[in-house]
Amino acid sequence: MGSGALFIAVFLACAVEAVEATTIVLAAGTARDWRSATIGMAGALAVLAIVVAALGPAVSDVPLRGLRLVVGALLLVFGLQWLRKAILRASGHKALHDEDKIFAEQLAAATSQVRRRAGLVPDWYGFTLSFKGVLLEGLEVVFIVLTFGANQHDIGLAAIAAACAVAVIATAGVAVRSPLSRVPENTMKFVVGIMLTAFGTFWGAEGAGAHWPGSDTSLLALIPAIGAFALILVAVMRASVGRPGGQQVAARGAAAGAAAAAGEGS
Amino acid sequence: MAARLRAFAAFWYDFVVGDDWLVAVGVVASLFLTYELSRTSVPAWWLLPLVLALLLPFSLWRGARKR
Repeated sequence: MGSGALFIAVFLACAVEAVEATTIVLAAGTARDWRSATIGMAGALAVLAIVVAALGPAVSDVPLRGLRLVVGALLLVFGLQWLRKAILRASGHKALHDEDKIFAEQLAAATSQVRRRAGLVPDWYGFTLSFKGVLLEGLEVVFIVLTFGANQHDIGLAAIAAACAVAVIATAGVAVRSPLSRVPENTMKFVVGIMLTAFGTFWGAEGAGAHWPGSDTSLLALIPAIGAFALILVAVMRASVGRPGGQQVAARGAAAGAAAAAGEGS
Repeated sequence: MAARLRAFAAFWYDFVVGDDWLVAVGVVASLFLTYELSRTSVPAWWLLPLVLALLLPFSLWRGARKR
């Protein structure tokens, strides 16, 4: 995989996580207190920096084959879960991820809480909401940076790609001061699901001792093949929604998806 | 304390395994089979894509049925 592909894969994956974290910070700042939300975000970023500093060198020291096996397995599980959700959403079996709706729900939940000061933090609820949101979404960013970066022996480039994604999304969030609903998040998740699955398949098989025909270039076939397969599955699943009984399944899916949307990570 | 430990375990389970535990089990099992196959003279690269092609539709079917 070239440097460009590494950058794009990490940038896209991290941008998706950054959109979700930004929505939470915006909700905490708007409904509660901007200072507390900012302190919460800064605290979470500091914890994440410590995690990267601690794990980065350790991950780099792991033998490549073992690393590819573990990372491939994790990426494949992550990728398949992302792809599964994306296909269910695209085919109408699950409600689309709606940042506007999530923002409104978090705003309502945050507004109902009593304000309580703790040390330098004017509002503890706003702080914890922001801290937890950034930390949880950030952990996924850290995982992506370390796994992709270590496999390509370029954690620095992966970190730069992640930082660029976070900076772009955070700047957009601060500029509009509203949820980033115009970001094509569902489409991005579909693409990221395909990429994580493809890289997971490639590295997992290599780590388990298999040799791909054409070595790294087989990824050029694997990514479009998984993409085409996912699109076929969307078409098949969509057709099943149109069949008798399928509408009920779709309606139940939409309702369940909407209910789960606020608490869902990716 | 026990509740916190449970919540911690639940977080990591949700983070790593996600919505469908069968996907995680299928991935681990297929990696093990790939390893075993790679020790023979038969090429092993095709096994994981094949499992993926079976596992993803099956997981989708389970997901759509559950909803």
